[in-house]
Amino acid sequence: MYRYDEFDQEFVDQRIAQFSDQVRRRLKGELNEDQFKPLRLMNGVYLQLHAYMLRVCVPYGTLNSRQMRKLAHIARTYDRGYGHFTTRQNIQFNWPKLSDVPAILKELAEVEMHAIQTSGNCIRNTTADHLAGAADDEIADPRPYAEIIRQWSSLHPEFTFLPRKFKFAITGAPHDRAAIQVHDIGMQIVRSEAGDLGFKVYVGGGQGRTPLVAKLVRDFLPEEDLIAYSEAILRVYNRYGRRDNKYKARIKILVHETGIDELRGDIEAEFEKIRHGVLQLPADEVRRIETYFALPPLDPAATSARFDAKSAGNPAFAAWAERNVHPHKVTGHASVTISLKPIGGVPGDASAEQMEAVADIAETFSFDELRVSHEQNLILPHVRLDDLDKVHDALVAADLAEGNAGLITDIIACPGLDYCALANARSIPIAQEISERFGNAERQRAIGDLKIKISGCINACGHHHVGHIGILGVEKKGEELYQLTLGGSADETTSIGAIIGRGFAGDRIVDAVETVVETYLKLRANDNETFLAAYRRVGDAPFKEALYGTA
Amino acid sequence: MKTICKLVTANRLADGEVVWLGAHGAWVETIDGALVLEDAAAVEAAEAAAARAVAANEVVDVGTIDVTRQGSGVVPVRLRERIRAAGPTFRTDLGKQAQASRASNAA
Repeated sequence: MYRYDEFDQEFVDQRIAQFSDQVRRRLKGELNEDQFKPLRLMNGVYLQLHAYMLRVCVPYGTLNSRQMRKLAHIARTYDRGYGHFTTRQNIQFNWPKLSDVPAILKELAEVEMHAIQTSGNCIRNTTADHLAGAADDEIADPRPYAEIIRQWSSLHPEFTFLPRKFKFAITGAPHDRAAIQVHDIGMQIVRSEAGDLGFKVYVGGGQGRTPLVAKLVRDFLPEEDLIAYSEAILRVYNRYGRRDNKYKARIKILVHETGIDELRGDIEAEFEKIRHGVLQLPADEVRRIETYFALPPLDPAATSARFDAKSAGNPAFAAWAERNVHPHKVTGHASVTISLKPIGGVPGDASAEQMEAVADIAETFSFDELRVSHEQNLILPHVRLDDLDKVHDALVAADLAEGNAGLITDIIACPGLDYCALANARSIPIAQEISERFGNAERQRAIGDLKIKISGCINACGHHHVGHIGILGVEKKGEELYQLTLGGSADETTSIGAIIGRGFAGDRIVDAVETVVETYLKLRANDNETFLAAYRRVGDAPFKEALYGTA
Repeated sequence: MKTICKLVTANRLADGEVVWLGAHGAWVETIDGALVLEDAAAVEAAEAAAARAVAANEVVDVGTIDVTRQGSGVVPVRLRERIRAAGPTFRTDLGKQAQASRASNAA
């Protein structure tokens, strides 16, 4: 994985010194809150309902066991013994003291981590396929490009005060596990007919109060132009993006209001001006960065005899493996989802002890490498099939062996009103209740692939717009009310879910979800027709009728 | 209908702790210690005291909230403020509710 060079380390160290001094001046009263707030946000420090919150960047979701142990240490020493993994593949701590933040940042820097650009109107952490570098369907590892974007976008003087925040996502596989079409810029690695590596570029996707699927702005962008073209898009956005209204300031609104064809013309014109300049990527530099992400020394002759025997002899292990083990590009290996969705648990939360257990497992069985997925789980990218039973045993011991990846209890939920200053309704208790309701292993397997995503306000941090079943919490007359959307998706067939009808009270929403699921089970063409496929085939009507009766 | 009273609340600057304005301009960590404001003059005086505390860099994010009296205490009207006064609803080991239960266990 990527290691800091002297520039990275110096940059992070300088920032810590600068922000530590800003915190000191704030606590002494030399800075007031209006002056300090933009500074703390640039360094990942929010003020939430109960306390400050610190969001720590996990670049493109990749980290090693030493970094995970440090996160555990921070959770235990400065927080309440746990952390929350987010849909931006980052981690948040919910209870730090402002006065402790400088010490926390120093500890993070010891393991090449920081909290820079995890908030504010700048380019945020580039997210990537959590199976990057391992998936068997991948054209190329997207992380070297995500790292190049990180280097280019860190403290970029031109893009530090954008109209609004800006998010990149990148996938190296045709099957999109990174939700690229609901990002400001989404990149998909492709090969040209001549065999050259490049990108399909999507622009103007996003969720929030105006959910829009991104438009394809370029069929094929040569590798060497990754940054020049990104810069061209950002320049056009920075120039024309609206600053008069916060809710219309994302690039998706610019794309929507201007039209993709006109905007493409602007972007291409800007691109032509700069494409052969300093931003042209030197091939040898790309190859150099790629070496940081090289596959570990996996043995292509690794067998699966032990795995086959253990699967045959242990139904619990086999059931877990069926859902949480993913094909690897090297024979005899697999990637593993470590579910942070125990039945009735808090999606994305991990205790310090669990983080340490995961770090130990990664060190022993996955070449010291871990990923955070945007679906709020952890991933062991490179595990020998014949080690899987040992990994499973270790996960069982750490209460992390739920075999529910991609099932109805593998829910994305934002922190909601239990933590968040912006939220209007609670998310996590709804996720917990759904998880309990459908927690039976046979039941959720019979239902099959089904993604539920829950947001506690219109900002859509819980990705409800792209949930197969989406739930949006709102406040109506002082009560929590939950709107149901159906048919959303965040893969290569991205779609925005449609609101099915009037909302449900907090004590009725889980029944409504169950009604939708039971309706699906009755109408599906066969056991293999997923909820999303069935919904796309039959539309709203049967679900509306089941929920609200005939009009 | 229950009478609506007001409290002034904020987060303490140095550690983010949720606090309410108590008697004599002091900021207290539990809602039971908050000064209950019964009329407009009391609200005005409390908000002025809060503004001074913001200027003195003691607290941030000041707000005036609605509460009703219940028994010997007060309960915020909005769920948001009830959660701020107690902690996350699904983890009673966190937030002020945890301290309250620890205190009652010790007693």
